Amino acid sequence: MALGLLNGLRYTASRLVKTYLSDLKHLGRRYDDALLKERQSVRGSGIFTVQYPEERLPAPENFRFIPFLVYEPALDENGQPKIDPTTGKPVIGKQRCTACGICAKVCPPQCIWIVRATTPEGKPKPQPAEFYIDIDVCMNCGLCAEFCPFDSIKMDHVYELAGYERQSHIFDIHTLSKPASYHAQIHPTDWAREEVQRKAKAKK
Amino acid sequence: MVAHTPAVPDTPIHLTDPHVVAEHIKTQYPDAVEAVSAQSIVLKKEHLLDVARYLHDTLAFDYLNNVTSVDWLDHFEVVYHLSSMERGGAPLTLKVNTPRDNPSVPSLVPVYRGADFQEREVYDMMGIRFEGHPYLRRILMWEGFEGYPLRKDYKEPYYEEEKKPFGSRWDQGYHILAEDRNPWHDNVQYPANFDALAYKPPRDTVPVVEATRAALTRLRTDKIVLNFGPQHPSTHGVLRLKVTLDGETVYAVEPVLGYLHRNHEKIGERNTYLGNMPFTDRLDYFNAMANNLAYAITVEKMLGIKPPERAEYIRVIMSELSRWQNHASALGFIYNELGAFYTPFMYAFEERELILDLFEAVAGSRMMCNYMRFGGVARDVTDDFMDKCKYLVNERLPRRTDELETYMAKNELFLSRAKNIGILPRDLAINYSTAGPVLRASGVKYDIRRAEPYSIYDRFEFDIPTGTVGDLYDRFMVRFAEMRQSIKILKQALEQIPPGEIMTGKKNYQVRVPKGDAYGRAENPKGELGFYIVSDGSPNPYRYHVRAPSFINLTALNQMCVGHKVADMIVILGSIDIVMGEVDR
Repeated sequence: MALGLLNGLRYTASRLVKTYLSDLKHLGRRYDDALLKERQSVRGSGIFTVQYPEERLPAPENFRFIPFLVYEPALDENGQPKIDPTTGKPVIGKQRCTACGICAKVCPPQCIWIVRATTPEGKPKPQPAEFYIDIDVCMNCGLCAEFCPFDSIKMDHVYELAGYERQSHIFDIHTLSKPASYHAQIHPTDWAREEVQRKAKAKK
Repeated sequence: MVAHTPAVPDTPIHLTDPHVVAEHIKTQYPDAVEAVSAQSIVLKKEHLLDVARYLHDTLAFDYLNNVTSVDWLDHFEVVYHLSSMERGGAPLTLKVNTPRDNPSVPSLVPVYRGADFQEREVYDMMGIRFEGHPYLRRILMWEGFEGYPLRKDYKEPYYEEEKKPFGSRWDQGYHILAEDRNPWHDNVQYPANFDALAYKPPRDTVPVVEATRAALTRLRTDKIVLNFGPQHPSTHGVLRLKVTLDGETVYAVEPVLGYLHRNHEKIGERNTYLGNMPFTDRLDYFNAMANNLAYAITVEKMLGIKPPERAEYIRVIMSELSRWQNHASALGFIYNELGAFYTPFMYAFEERELILDLFEAVAGSRMMCNYMRFGGVARDVTDDFMDKCKYLVNERLPRRTDELETYMAKNELFLSRAKNIGILPRDLAINYSTAGPVLRASGVKYDIRRAEPYSIYDRFEFDIPTGTVGDLYDRFMVRFAEMRQSIKILKQALEQIPPGEIMTGKKNYQVRVPKGDAYGRAENPKGELGFYIVSDGSPNPYRYHVRAPSFINLTALNQMCVGHKVADMIVILGSIDIVMGEVDR
């Protein structure tokens, strides 16, 4: 008797039916965010296919792809961030980076390259003049963000970085810089913790 | 062969201490021992084979864990790690010195067949000849390659500097692409007086192996050589098998490796200690968490630090989740290889996705986790993670394991294909240095989590499942049983995990490892993953060797396949569960 085989087939058939049952249960509610979360979770059943690139899986907060540099935006008279009309991005007020070079030292594939800024007299300033990351070499390990003492380099969630030229994959300081508000938006928990530390430091 | 009469020592045996072992050796071979320290025994190379035979036969060091070598600039040192399947405990370290010009040591293949591939690797990478090796050829590089890459004076293509961090990359004032930094024609090394036009590559030989077990066909047919791979969907990556066939029966199999070789060990010697952590993810890319753990415990052994309680529990949880998903997918792969394309495999992958989602939420990446640090873990787990993980472990995974078992393990078609196929008897499994599920399926109750407990595995209650015959079916069922044991460990760990710190001391990117060497090992889902690290006190390891379980398990492939059909060979290969990132390194 081929009982084991038949049992196996029964299992396959039941899986097939279950898939459609859960589809039927949520009929017409495909693009519901809450529902997507439920069906993708450990408690979900059936198969749910995310229609990439129209749909995307939500990235968890700790997700890391290539690094970016955090800057504090310049403020206008009302205390609001100034927006650059040509790019639509907030104007850079101050880079958090001090060009200390720890990220470049700790980077396992050595893809970070920093030039320290100098004052007109030729003395080194705690600011980067240039900051490059070769994102083809970057192995997305996140060690730079982990060891940055100034919370100025963080791991981004953007993962669609295909380009037509090799040269376009060397990100300079303008491409890498993103406002602190962006960091707060994609890393809410980390941001909250860093703010507490920052305030404690400021009090001292 | 030297006739050897075993003389059983009458002193009680405490054979984890090199001093005690050295005393035993001296009773038999008075001038074999050159030096003894608390970590190792240095032997004279003339006596190596005799001593190895004595250790194997009389003192029951029946398992060769690891063979590697160190380039000390004035001489080479070949390092062996031996252990006993019955006694367990830390492996015994033997060292043999050989001069730098014309280096050679006797081969241990007559005693330990598991030395076969490992000695070929040492020969390939370090250029040390093993006298008496039956088939001493390059294994990761190709025949005709010039130079020995792991020697300290070898400079690889795109060579920049001895050690990271490189000064050049952020000091020059302009950026150069890696491929422009070193023009193409300088990347290849040629022998002196090399003439490209006159060069003929060495003839590819067909392996001649005694096929005593082979139930060869009665028809008198010619043997044909079939190149299986490297581009073949069922070789688990870029593995090439040179198969000699008699009709449809396998006469001999020779794995041809190195298509994914990137010299992980040389990269590791250029890297800093911490910089190696993300590179270990890329070894066995199915189990980045487990690789991280093995590397972290090795360096922690040298540093003499222990992670805090909570971190230990997190490590165990991650490592066991990793084991579950690895075994589930491995079983799915075996079904793939039997021709049941992708349905069982996808059922296993559905659960794997959930586990990878957990890894992503806590470590930031699904497969390249880079999660462990020396003295702890990178990030604490959140309540959300614990909630999901508890549901998975208590509800979903046990249910799925049962379902998959009724679905996969009782199928009559599967049984007829799996029973008594690819048998690896107990003594051969030990002699071939196989590890992990392959070893246990042959009836050896050996698990490093029990034999030499690392992390906090001594606290958990779990069994070591073993097979009886050592055939494909046993290897399949041992994995199912191990999945159950993983769940058992996970349940205990999730219950007991305490709150608290996740890191001992401050996070440091420049660890100073004291001088010395250490062999650390962990029971990875694929077998014993060992790291042999030699430190000279600088921020970069002096020698960094990986004992890759998949690579060494492949040594036994020929033994398992001979006499079976080609179609079975593919399933046997699947049942070893190799991953090329680790085989080729």
